Amino acid sequence: MRRSNWILLGFIGVLTAFSLVVMWPSEPWRYLPDAIPWPEGQGIKFPFIKLDGANIEGTTVERRAMRLGLDLRGGTRLVLEADTSELSDDELDRALEGASDIIERRVNAFGVAESEIQRQGDNRIAVQLPGIEADEAIRKIGKTALLEFRELQRDDQGNVAVNQNGEVTYVPMPVPTGENDITFAARYNQLLESAVWVPAKATGRDGVEKELTGRYLSGAYFGTDNLGRAVVNFEMNDEGAHLFKQITTRLIDQPLAFFLDGEPIRGADGSIQAPRVNSVISDQGQITGLSFDDADYLAKLLRAGAFPVPLTVVQQEDVDATLGEDSVRQSVIAGEVAMLVIILFMVLHYRLPGLLAGAALFVYTTVVLAVFKLWPVTLTLAGIAAFVLSVGMAVDANILIFERMKEELRIGRSLVIALDEGFNRAWSSIRDSNVSTLITCAILFWFGDQFGASLVKGFALTLAIGVIISMFSAILVTRTFLRLVIGARWLRNPAFWAPDLRQRGALIEQEAGATPGGGGGGS
Amino acid sequence: MFDFVRRRNFYYLLSLLVLLPGVISLIIPPALKAGIEFTSGTTFTARFQNEVEEDELRSALGDLGHPEARVQRTGENKFLVRTSELKGTTEAPPLGPAPEGERDILEAALVERFGSMVDADGEVVDRFIEYASVSATVSREIGRNAAIAVGAASVAILLYISWAFRSIPNPFRCGIAATIATLHDVVLVVGAYSLLGKLFDMEVNTMFITGLLTVIGFSVHDTIVVFDRIRENNARYPDLDLPTSVNNSILQTLGRSINTSFTVVLAVVALLLIGGVTIRPFLVVMLIGVITGTYSSIFVASQILVTWEERDIPRLFRRIAFRRAPAPSEG
Repeated sequence: MRRSNWILLGFIGVLTAFSLVVMWPSEPWRYLPDAIPWPEGQGIKFPFIKLDGANIEGTTVERRAMRLGLDLRGGTRLVLEADTSELSDDELDRALEGASDIIERRVNAFGVAESEIQRQGDNRIAVQLPGIEADEAIRKIGKTALLEFRELQRDDQGNVAVNQNGEVTYVPMPVPTGENDITFAARYNQLLESAVWVPAKATGRDGVEKELTGRYLSGAYFGTDNLGRAVVNFEMNDEGAHLFKQITTRLIDQPLAFFLDGEPIRGADGSIQAPRVNSVISDQGQITGLSFDDADYLAKLLRAGAFPVPLTVVQQEDVDATLGEDSVRQSVIAGEVAMLVIILFMVLHYRLPGLLAGAALFVYTTVVLAVFKLWPVTLTLAGIAAFVLSVGMAVDANILIFERMKEELRIGRSLVIALDEGFNRAWSSIRDSNVSTLITCAILFWFGDQFGASLVKGFALTLAIGVIISMFSAILVTRTFLRLVIGARWLRNPAFWAPDLRQRGALIEQEAGATPGGGGGGS
Repeated sequence: MFDFVRRRNFYYLLSLLVLLPGVISLIIPPALKAGIEFTSGTTFTARFQNEVEEDELRSALGDLGHPEARVQRTGENKFLVRTSELKGTTEAPPLGPAPEGERDILEAALVERFGSMVDADGEVVDRFIEYASVSATVSREIGRNAAIAVGAASVAILLYISWAFRSIPNPFRCGIAATIATLHDVVLVVGAYSLLGKLFDMEVNTMFITGLLTVIGFSVHDTIVVFDRIRENNARYPDLDLPTSVNNSILQTLGRSINTSFTVVLAVVALLLIGGVTIRPFLVVMLIGVITGTYSSIFVASQILVTWEERDIPRLFRRIAFRRAPAPSEG
């Protein structure tokens, strides 16, 4: 038995050393007294086999830092809600799936690291964007990116519909009066500004009349024309080319405008971009007159596609990064203080076992933090709170055992027997009480999952991990420590175990052979 | 040895007295100050470079069209503000800068009035450093789900206890007793929170619900430890009557109950003193909950087992009936 204890101790030692290396922060001076030159943490590298679809590739996983939630690292969380009014359940599901994909593509295109896009409930999408402010995030995701091709509304005589303060009148198209008509451009632009634009329609291959939109784009690229100006080149798919050909045939010499989400695309000079159609085009075209940034942005938007369903922001959270950093520091220090005070209390109250419980608590903490880092669990403020609480609960298991040991000692059991009895008897309450906490965790997790309260979910997961590891710590770690300590004769001094026993004259040094049947009296 | 069981009716009375202020506060509307997750709205944290008084900020927000704004100082020139939902940043054109939303307008107006806003490091950012906004459709669902979660947790634990204590006679009683004790703690915490809401504007948010569910877990945790001892004592001394057995069990687990609660309280207090404001509602709930959880496992859950076994309630009814019975017969 003694040998197996040494093996266990070795195992615990290796586990703790490993965990310590894993969890050690890369900037330890932020959390620890800076009088001591703490070594910088290096994280840990693992060769992992990642199954990525069909091709298996070996990748290395390296974790240098805890994964932190938005409340601790700063960033934005948005919840977008789909307009369900015009869709059946099945369509809604597909539309949301599509919208999630599009958001993901857009977010990736704009280079947001570690973003998270999740379906939430029936009609929502939650988006987490670390390190980005809300309005920027909303802009990046965009409401919709529906590109439309619109033409002027005209009457039979070819007059153009103009909207003047809500009143639509038809005016003739301005024509240049001569070679040097300097007012023509202004008059023409004025007309484009006030004209009524209608979607350009054509008959599709299936015989149905369709509006030409960005839906029929197969690609959009930023580029420059031969004068070095920014342009967006776009390509149509088969159906799009079919429609585009009919439209450009019909609109030869007439303007064709690009509308994005119902608004005309304006050039760098603020004018509506409505190039005249020079020739029949089918499968590709060009949008000109934009600034470099806008052209680049538009190309990305068009590439990422339009949302299949209108989305609105229903929930929004954002946290400044420095505030998050402060929270981390404060919470870690709070945790350290809590742990020191708990260990102090344990040592003062339970003496030697209390000290061992403190050591077990150290093992517990390093293992839990290592698990958090390797899993990786996204740590939030609530998660840190849960962890500190789980420290309190981990101590509970020890307290249960020590109280039980004391009782056994009081009724005259030897230390060795008292230890085993203490553990055996305390086990059922440790098990039952922890299971009930795990039940609560499971329900909290579900509760958090239901409406994407990542705060609550993180809390539940952290607490559950803490509770499970605390059971391991209480049963295995503390017991091994105690058993080994009992092996040393000089440590069996009652003063180390339970000072009140000496006054009662209890026989703490009795050997294992002592009569165990003595205890019936209870109180 | 101290007899915990004999004075059980006194403890019930004590519990009722402690619960009373909270319950009264719950009856007077608004029962609880609901946070934005439950009512919709916006909260933000603003930190100013210059000296700003709470009242100044409040009146400034009133002038800016937010007389409903609630302002709470959370640090040096740092304020947590709650207003109705700020709209406007929800829709953005794909080209050009996002239109000014109510948030941008408010930020600009506050900067104009009080000078620069800074982040946690003191850098000028002229933005709110924390911002959360919830619309009404979301808040309704959160409220409903929270109620479901508390209910589900209670039922699951009741079932688990009935199963875990199946070896002692009437295991269901244990479940019911633990559930009543838990309910006792929930009412006390919610009542206390209602009072805190009225006195200090403490709001109920998702963290509060999380805290409440954790308290349920803790409360049951404590009760299970005592019940586990009763289960063990029953098996060891089958001849002992239940009141004595319960009393012994309470005495035997008393040290552990107090010490455990004490260590958890230490952890919570450390977080409360050093940790951030965001989780403060959660911690307050935990602090109250841990203490009442320990109290209720000894003075409510265990006592109910005895009351049930001793048939106190039928006896009480009989006594009342007996006292009343002669009166009409004389008349």
